[in-house]
Amino acid sequence: MHLVSHPDEVKVVSKRFGKGATDLDRYLALDGYKAVQKALGMQPDGIINEVKNSGLRGRGGAGFNTGLKWSFVPKQSAKPKYILCNGDESEPGTCKDRLIFEHDPHAVIEGVVIAGLAVGSHTGYIYIRGEYRYLSNLMQKAIKDAYARGLLGKNIFGSGYDFDVYWHGGAGAYEVGEESALMESLEGKRGIPRIRPPFPAVVGLWGGPTVINNAETLASVPHIILGGAEWYSNLGTPKNGGTRLFCLSGHLNRPGVYELPMGYNLKKMIYEVGGGIPNRKKLKAVVPGGSSTPVLTADEIDAPMDFDSLMKAGSMLGSGGVVVLDETTCIVKFALRTMKFYRHESCGWCIPCREGTDWLEKTLIRLHAGGGLKKDIDNILYLSENMLGRTFCPLGDAAAMPTIAFVKKFRKEFEDHLEARPCAFEAAGSVERLPVMA
Amino acid sequence: MRFSDEFEGRFSEMLSHYPTKRSVLVPTLLYAQDEVGYLSDEVIAELATRLDLTELEVRNVISYYSMLTTKARGKYNVQVCTNISCMLRGAEEIFEHCKKRLGVGPHGTTPDNLFSLEEVECIGACSWAPAVQVNYDFHENLTVDKMDQLFDECKKEGTQLRNL
Ligand SMILES: Cc1cc2nc3c(=O)[nH]c(=O)nc-3n(C[C@H](O)[C@H](O)[C@H](O)COP(=O)(O)O)c2cc1C
Ligand code: SF4
Ligand code: FES
Repeated sequence: MHLVSHPDEVKVVSKRFGKGATDLDRYLALDGYKAVQKALGMQPDGIINEVKNSGLRGRGGAGFNTGLKWSFVPKQSAKPKYILCNGDESEPGTCKDRLIFEHDPHAVIEGVVIAGLAVGSHTGYIYIRGEYRYLSNLMQKAIKDAYARGLLGKNIFGSGYDFDVYWHGGAGAYEVGEESALMESLEGKRGIPRIRPPFPAVVGLWGGPTVINNAETLASVPHIILGGAEWYSNLGTPKNGGTRLFCLSGHLNRPGVYELPMGYNLKKMIYEVGGGIPNRKKLKAVVPGGSSTPVLTADEIDAPMDFDSLMKAGSMLGSGGVVVLDETTCIVKFALRTMKFYRHESCGWCIPCREGTDWLEKTLIRLHAGGGLKKDIDNILYLSENMLGRTFCPLGDAAAMPTIAFVKKFRKEFEDHLEARPCAFEAAGSVERLPVMA
Repeated sequence: MRFSDEFEGRFSEMLSHYPTKRSVLVPTLLYAQDEVGYLSDEVIAELATRLDLTELEVRNVISYYSMLTTKARGKYNVQVCTNISCMLRGAEEIFEHCKKRLGVGPHGTTPDNLFSLEEVECIGACSWAPAVQVNYDFHENLTVDKMDQLFDECKKEGTQLRNL
């Protein structure tokens, strides 16, 4: 039911979706574990260079070059090194890792093993959010099957190299997707982030060097090893190699997860791949990369979807969640729901984020209900701008950046809510009107 | 305190996966909660002893994670996502309908202990919105009618189980 298809798709990570690859024999028949075998015959630096040159950039949100990240791991280390797959997937608008775990769990395992070979690690963990219980079950079975065949454990493929892969489960927390909070959670603690430096590549899990990558990033790696850096890189644009899973949601005729080349035009993505806006409504705005990324207006969508182009457009490619808003959407309400999320998920460790998200939510509630003053709008900007760069982890920025964009790009709509005028987008009487506070 | 054999098997296997005992804590709490229904004082004391932690340390972790609870929930925990992608496709209407039909507010449980209701953040079903999780099962592309069917099925199943 989750699978859709469009002629413009280039299926790499999704190529085994719907083909029964959760079954190990099927997976092996579909070129499964060939990449690990190939990597076992390569030098660690050779693997790192291949991944570096492929232009693969982290699919978790920040878009850091994956091979480069691996190269930061010290060659010699007294403490064990670890690979940690981030499957906490909780960024609103994002539902792609779920499909990878559901259809191709062995590809993630393979990616973890190859990352291990590249940096000289012998242990990997695959962290899956608690809500995805059925996927944790699938992963547990996949790991067990791989052990039973000698693909994991001692002396994999008779190479003399030992590699263990373990699953791990969360229990509901967006913040735990942040890499250092993820390690805390895996160590059995509250997900409070760690100070950096030192970065996880040097001091990570239990003090050992740790590579943390998103599930889609790792699932892309086996394809790069088999197909080669040049092939993968050429699928995308010069500094943005390959393809990625775009999660199309919101006001679209054909929402779904589509695998498209990096640099695919956003307008085409909405109108052709996603089938356009239902009921002949007009497009109002697009959140291009999950809830943390600044909104684009309808005039700004003729842009290639890659990390650098979106940065240039004042937004971010983020996690691949493309959320489409039609003209009937109230931006104030959308900003409010977004802020409610960050307020709920703030771990409370640092004051600008803990207090800032709370004030912002309260201000937005009042504004949306017609109880706002003109100075509230400036206050929203003032608060958000003062959170930027002043929080302990990037969640504070993730809350502030989209808010600033909502106000700056749709200021008129915020003003229309002022002076006891409750939201014009809601049916009359459905929003309880709040008094204007002097 | 007794857990199922499945729980114990998984627990001892997991302990062998990490250099420290406490690393098993978060997933273990969730599995324990699934067996007992909630994280009772007894469960907390038991896990604290097994993992060489204080009960306070365990409670500290519990309070951080949104799926973990120290209070009993209904047999069917209805978790309605109202985050952005779902909101755009009618999640509020679904949530309002659930409140009305069950006669409870957020975090409420029906008097027969069959249903409890929660408003949750994104559950990773954005492209198939609006979406709800009932316990661990996903229900997607929902309408109010489909939601009603779902309630009817749960109710039927729940009553049958009770009459066994
Ligand atoms: C608040 C917050 C939540 C995050 N959630 C996730 C997540 O759910 N999954 C993920 O892969 N990365 C998430 N990230 C990004 C990770 O910190 C990290 O950059 C990423 O896992 C690195 O993998 P990559 O280089 O393959 O993208 C999050 C970051 C922040 C600040
Ligand atoms: S920015 Fe927010 S989530 Fe990050 S450490 Fe501070 S309070 Fe916690
Ligand atoms: S926003 Fe509801 S599932 Fe993602």
